Formats: sequence, structure tokens, C-alpha cells
Amino acid sequence: MTFLTSNVALLILTIIFGFVAYTLAHQRIRSHVARDGVKAHSLVKYYGVYAALWTLVPASVLALVWAFAADPLLINAAEARLRLAYPSLPPSFLELKAAQLQNIAAGFIDAPDEIMAAEAAALKESMNRVDLARVLTLLTVMMIGFLFAFLRITPQLKARVAFEGFLRRSFFAAAVLAILTTIGIISSLLFEAYRFFSEISMIDFFFGTHWSPMVSLREGTETAADEAVAGSSGSFGMVPVMLGTLLVALIAMLVAVPVGLFSAIYTADFAPRKVRNVIKPALEVLAGIPTVVYGYFAALTAAPFFRDAGMLVGLDVSSQSALAAGGVMGIMIIPFISSLSDDVISAVPQSLRDGALGLGSTRAETMLRVVLPSAFPGLVGAFLLAFSRAVGETMIVVMAAGVAANLTINPLESVTTVTVQIVMLLTGDNEFDSVKTLSAFALGITLFVVTLVLNIAALHVSRKLGQRYE
Amino acid sequence: MNDHHEIVSSSAGVAGLYNAPTSVRMAHIAAGLKKRRAASKRLRIYGIAAICTAIGFLCILLTTIISNGYTALQQTEIAVTIDVPADEIVDANGVIDVDKSRNYNWDGLVKRSFRKAFPEVTGMLEQRSLGELLSANAGYDLRLQIEAAGTVPTGAVTYWVKSSDDVDMLMKGRMDRSIDEKKRRIKDNQLVWFDKIVAEGSVRLAFNSTFFTAADSREPESAGVLGAIVGSAMALVITVMLALPLAVMAAVYLEYFAPPGRLTDFIEVNVNNLAAVPSIVFGLLGLAVFLGFFGMPRSAPLVGGMVLALMTLPTIIIATRASIRAVPTSIRDAALGLGASPMQTALDHVLPLAAPGILTGTIIGIAQALGETAPLIMIGMVAFIVDVPTSFTDPATALPVQIFIWSDSAERAFYERASLAIMALLLFLISMNMTAVLLRRKFEKKW
Repeated sequence: MTFLTSNVALLILTIIFGFVAYTLAHQRIRSHVARDGVKAHSLVKYYGVYAALWTLVPASVLALVWAFAADPLLINAAEARLRLAYPSLPPSFLELKAAQLQNIAAGFIDAPDEIMAAEAAALKESMNRVDLARVLTLLTVMMIGFLFAFLRITPQLKARVAFEGFLRRSFFAAAVLAILTTIGIISSLLFEAYRFFSEISMIDFFFGTHWSPMVSLREGTETAADEAVAGSSGSFGMVPVMLGTLLVALIAMLVAVPVGLFSAIYTADFAPRKVRNVIKPALEVLAGIPTVVYGYFAALTAAPFFRDAGMLVGLDVSSQSALAAGGVMGIMIIPFISSLSDDVISAVPQSLRDGALGLGSTRAETMLRVVLPSAFPGLVGAFLLAFSRAVGETMIVVMAAGVAANLTINPLESVTTVTVQIVMLLTGDNEFDSVKTLSAFALGITLFVVTLVLNIAALHVSRKLGQRYE
Repeated sequence: MNDHHEIVSSSAGVAGLYNAPTSVRMAHIAAGLKKRRAASKRLRIYGIAAICTAIGFLCILLTTIISNGYTALQQTEIAVTIDVPADEIVDANGVIDVDKSRNYNWDGLVKRSFRKAFPEVTGMLEQRSLGELLSANAGYDLRLQIEAAGTVPTGAVTYWVKSSDDVDMLMKGRMDRSIDEKKRRIKDNQLVWFDKIVAEGSVRLAFNSTFFTAADSREPESAGVLGAIVGSAMALVITVMLALPLAVMAAVYLEYFAPPGRLTDFIEVNVNNLAAVPSIVFGLLGLAVFLGFFGMPRSAPLVGGMVLALMTLPTIIIATRASIRAVPTSIRDAALGLGASPMQTALDHVLPLAAPGILTGTIIGIAQALGETAPLIMIGMVAFIVDVPTSFTDPATALPVQIFIWSDSAERAFYERASLAIMALLLFLISMNMTAVLLRRKFEKKW
């Protein structure tokens, strides 16, 4: 019984159904054509595909919906019964009990008492029943879909047109997924951020200079006094966090822009082809290294190095200094900047170079006074994109930057960033809707907007280059 | 252009030279030439210096990781002569009874046997710190060894059991003996015992197979990457299954079927913008929508794969569109001219020719997804998981997340394991990128 209702069996059944539908439709159209002596509108295979699609697609959609809807419904019902069985338990315990119940029903653990055992048995029973119902429903839907398509199959049916229409619509759906993802990002971030801003005022959040979400909330003991402390101390002021983010990103740019730009200048206009063919892949390797590796390097090599170097010259460098995180982040975005700048520089029309060289300027003069000024908008665009990337970078700062939000622009001190705070706030056992976790979404939407503005600005600025020479 | 004029006038320097005799003008130009050539040379040198810096960073990074990590390929083992009491763990037929074996105090046995080599160590505290030279899992390892063998040898036999991670670090020279005892994880008396067993030859470095066959553990010597690799593989399977078809469909739509208009423009803007959204934002999306709204399981490779799929989708769409566009229109025109429908043209004629490019783009996208950490942390794949996951909804972790967890922990021995895991990760990435490059070389067509 359990095998029959399992997903594997269902999958096998579905495949067999689809195949059978294809074959039967195939036979039907052939016999029709032979009997009536007319030519079918489409190739015969399209009739098979037509029937198979009608058999499988509605059932698959239903199965997907079922997968999301059925279990939560059952568990909700079980939770309601538990609430009756344990009237005195607070809601959070009930949730725990419900989770326990699922584990008991699945046979992972033993029931602690009889009520739980009985409830688990009931839950298991209803789950089994629902599983059976699912299989039967899906099979029925497949049958109906198949019969619907099968009966319509005649040589006049435009099976190919129908199939292509279906494909075109699914292609459209896939393309719209990009919009849906954006909407999903914005709406989910906005929704949680809205809940956050209903408790903390926007002014406090965007202009407050004190950030310490961990202290401000003591779960479970939220007395009026605590609330007052949390509110009045302005613990959710993101200015220091934003400042830290910008500081780290700026240090990264200070490392990456000169190195990246000069390598791009060299590879684009100076390097012999052979050298270029070696350098470009090497920089691509640098670009392909995952950020967690840079984070490891920043935390375990660069940070101690800067601290020790600081000690040698009598400077007090934090072991989580912005300098180490920003410096390593700079290394990370060197290839980004160099490859974008290389593209921009190479896109400057050759005629400009030829003109300058022909008038007797040296290659350096051509580069500095003709090519770079022409490429300037594109370069600014590239730098903005790189800056946006540095702002959104997570792993390096999570591993190498600090947690405490210091309001400072001293690169030797420890600062925190938006991404670090998001990770801090959302890892560990947090309640999903405490102000603390909600603040992560407020930071998230801020980050999203900042990077979006940077990206759009980059696009806008660099478009000018194209307009100038096309 | 103004720029040109500037060059001429500035390199000529003094105004009025235009009217001077040719010889004077030539002399003036020749005088400036040396300087200008030097400036040109300087710019070239700056460029070379910049590239050397970038490649130098790459070298430092790689050598740091390799020199930190290669030692994790070996694990220190200590020889302990153990007389396993057969009657405690076998049943009446002389076969090992798993229940009895499970309940037997293997830890005590190993530590007692180890102490026999040190009759001079008597005090409770001293005996305990002697036992700390061995791995906390030494008993468990011995049990597995015996159970795997199936029989209990009679009499005392020498077993190699894993040392603790601190001894391992000491053995590999990664622990400084000279620092103050209070700051050292290995105490003075333990050093004496260690030196004694080293002198006896009962310490060795053996291949660390555990690293490749185990999942995470609290003890560095019992921790491995297999669980993380399996978790990553599962997530990537989901990513490919979702992202590849969806991206190809979207790309074909945008290239061939999208009617010019606002909606199409909006889709394009979205695709391009999503490619530049920070990865952690995708993690937030997964957390809020997949976990919060749809109630999908936390820490599961299924959800991780879905988030990574959304993230890599734009990359693959952009690559696919580029390779579709690279197929010459003559192919398309020929198919349409012979009566194929637009859909048949796209699916039967253009896509097969664009396939190598699509594949290359997909591999690059997947390589990106493999190295991605932040979104996986957001959806809880950062948990401490000691079992290798067996299904897509099991709690699991991923290779880059495992590196993060290990780099973040207190034990020195985890750092070298993190380095070795990085090497494994880079190996996977390099081989994926190499495949992409080779595919491109093999199938690249110039039309």
C-alpha cells in the first residue's frame, strides 16, 4: 500500500500513462487517416504529443499544488486537535508539539504519552488516506485529460498548432519568471520590512546612529520597561552599519581600481597578443574563486597579518579591521574591474587611436589623452558596478569584518556591514517574526535598493559611450 | 576633436614655433621626445606592475591555502596495544553481537590500554590528561574497526587509533611549544608523554581517509567533506533541472517570439538586473517565500537548489541568448523557407546549433552556484549535520558552507581541513571551467 502511494510509484505510473496516451493517440490518428483517406493536418507525432500533454500537464499542475497544500492542512488540523487535548499549553509549545507529532507519525521517535500516541496515529492515518486520495485523484485527472484529448483526435484537429501554442505559452511563462522573481524579492522584503517599520519608526532606522539589535530584545521578558529601552535607545539605527559598508567597499575600490584599470590599459592596448592570452585566463581564475575562499584568506591570513604589521609600527589594528576585509575584497573585484574596463577600452573606435598616433603622439599620450577620455563614461559605469558588487558582497565581511557597529571611518578599527548584520540576525534559532529578524529584512530592502540604484546608474552612465560613437 | 589639438600644442610646448625654421622645430621636438618616450614606458611599467600585483595576489592566495591545507591529507595516529575482551561483545556463537558491542565501554577500554604504556602516570587528573592525547572518538573508531572485521582477535593486538586534534597539530609542527603553558592547548606533561611515544615510534602520520568518507563532526579528526559534497551535488542537481530548461525557454521566447513592446522590454530589464542583485538577497527571498510562505523544509538541498536556480537563471539566459544570436540567420531563413513553423525552426534547427554555447553558459552558471555561500546560509544550510544526506529534503550543508563553518570554529585543526576543503572546491570549479573551455573549443563554429 505504501509503495503504491509513494512518489516513485506515482512517477513511474505517470510515465507509463504518458507513453500509453502517446501510443494510443498515434494509433487513432493513423486508423482515422487510413479509414477516411484524408491527410491529417499535422504530422502524426504531434497527435501523440497532444494526447500525452493533456494527460500529463493538468495532473502535474495538480500534483504540485497538492504538494504545497495537503500536508500543511493536515498538520493544521492536527494542531487544532492538540490545542483541544492540551488546553493549558502556550502557542509556542503547541507548535513544538505539532512538530513532535510529525516525527512520531513518521516513526522517527516514540510518543511520550498516550494522547500524543493517539494523535500521531490519527495523523498518520489521515496522511495515508490523503496519500491514497492523491493517487486516485491524479489518476482520474490523467484519465479525464487523456479521454478529452483522445476523443478530439481527428485528421482535422490542428495538433501541431495546439502543441506549439502550449510551448509558446510555457516559454512566455519562463520569461515572466524573471519578473516574478523581482516581484517576489521586492514584495517579500517590503512585507517583512513593513512589519518592522510598524514597530520601529523609519526615521530611527535610517538616521539613528546606534545599532545593537541583540541587546535590545530579550525574548520572553518583554516588559514595558524593556520596550521603552529598546525604543528610546534607538538600537535599530542603521547609520553606523551603512557607514561601515561604504568604508569597506571604498577600501576595496581603492585597491581594485588602480590595479584593475592599469591591467586593463596594459592588456587592451600595450600587451602583445601572446601575453594577453596568458593574462586574461589568469585573471579569470581570480574571478572564478568563490568568495568564501577570499573570506577564509581575509580572516585567517590577511587580518592577522595587518594586526601584526600594525603592532610592529606601534599602531593598534583590530583583528577584524575594515582594512583587511576591504583589502581582500579589493583583490576579489580586481578581475571584475579589469575585464569590464578592458571591454570598454577595446570598444573605443580604432580610428581615434590611429588619428592620435598618426599625429605623432606616443602610445601613452594616445591612451591617456584620447582613449581614456572617450572611454570615461564606460569606465565610470564599470566602477559603479564594481562598487555595487562590493556593497552586496557577503562572505568576506561575514568572516573577516566585525559584528559590533562602530560609528567610525578609521580603517584600522572593526566595522560591520549590512550583509554581516543580515547573516547575524537570520542565523541561529530566532523566532521568525521578532523585531530582530524583521530588521534583517529592512536591511535587505535597503541593500537591494542601494545596489539597484548603483546598477541603474552604471547602465545609464555607460550608455553614453555607445551613443557617442555609434 | 579638441584632444588632438591639445596633444600637438602641449608636446610642441612653446607657441610661435610654427613660424620658426624647420631645424629649430625639429630640435625642439627631439628634446621633448625623450621625456615623452619615458612617460610611455612608465605607463607600460605601471600596467605590468598592476598585472603582477593581481597575479601575485592569486599566487599568495593559492600558496597560503595549499600550504595550510595539504597537511590535512594526513592524520596523526597513535599505536595502542589493546586486548579486546571477546566475551563482552560476542554472543554464544562467537559472532559479534551489535547490541552488546554498542553498549560496551570502548572509550574506557582504549584509554585503559593506552595508560598501561605509562605506568608512572597515576593521579586521576594526570590520567585524564593522558587520555586526552587520544581522539575523543577513539573508542567509537575501534568499535567500527572490530565490527567491520567481524571477529574479535584473541590476546593483545596493536591498533592505530586517531590522536586528538591538538596532538595532530603538534605532530605537524603547527603548535608552538615555546609559548606559555597556560596559552598552549597541550600542557607540559602531555608534551613529555608525547615525546616518549614519538621516541618509541608509536606515533605515525597516516592518510586521512576519514576526511573523504565522513560528514561534519565536533572533533576535527572525525570530520569529513563527504556530507557537504553530497549536499552540494544534490542542490546543484535541482539547480540544473530547474534553471537549464527554464532559461532556455525564456531565451528562446525573448529571441524569437517576444513581440516588441513594453512587456518584453520589462522582462529584459529584469533579467539583466537580476544578474547583478547581491546573492544574499536571493537568500532572503528563499527564506521569506520558500520557507516562510510555502513552508518548505529548512536546510534542505531542495530549497538550496531552488534558490541557486533563481540566482543562476539570468546568467544562463544571457549566455543562451548570445549563442542563439550567434547562429546565422541563413539557417533560420532556410528552415522557414522550406515550410517549418517558427517553433520547429527554433527547436529543431537553431537550438541544436546553439547547444554547445548553451552548455558552456550553463556550466559557468553552475560553477558560480557551486561556490555560492550566502544564500545557502540564509535558508539554514549552515546547520551542524553529522550524517550524509540521503534525500533532497534531508537537512544538509554544502561544500562552501562547510568551509565557512570550519573557518569559523575555534580548533586550529579545523582550519587546515577548511583549506583542504577549499582545494577540493577549487578542483571541482577548475575542472568545470576546463570542461566549459574545452567544449567551447571543440564545438565553436565560425560561420
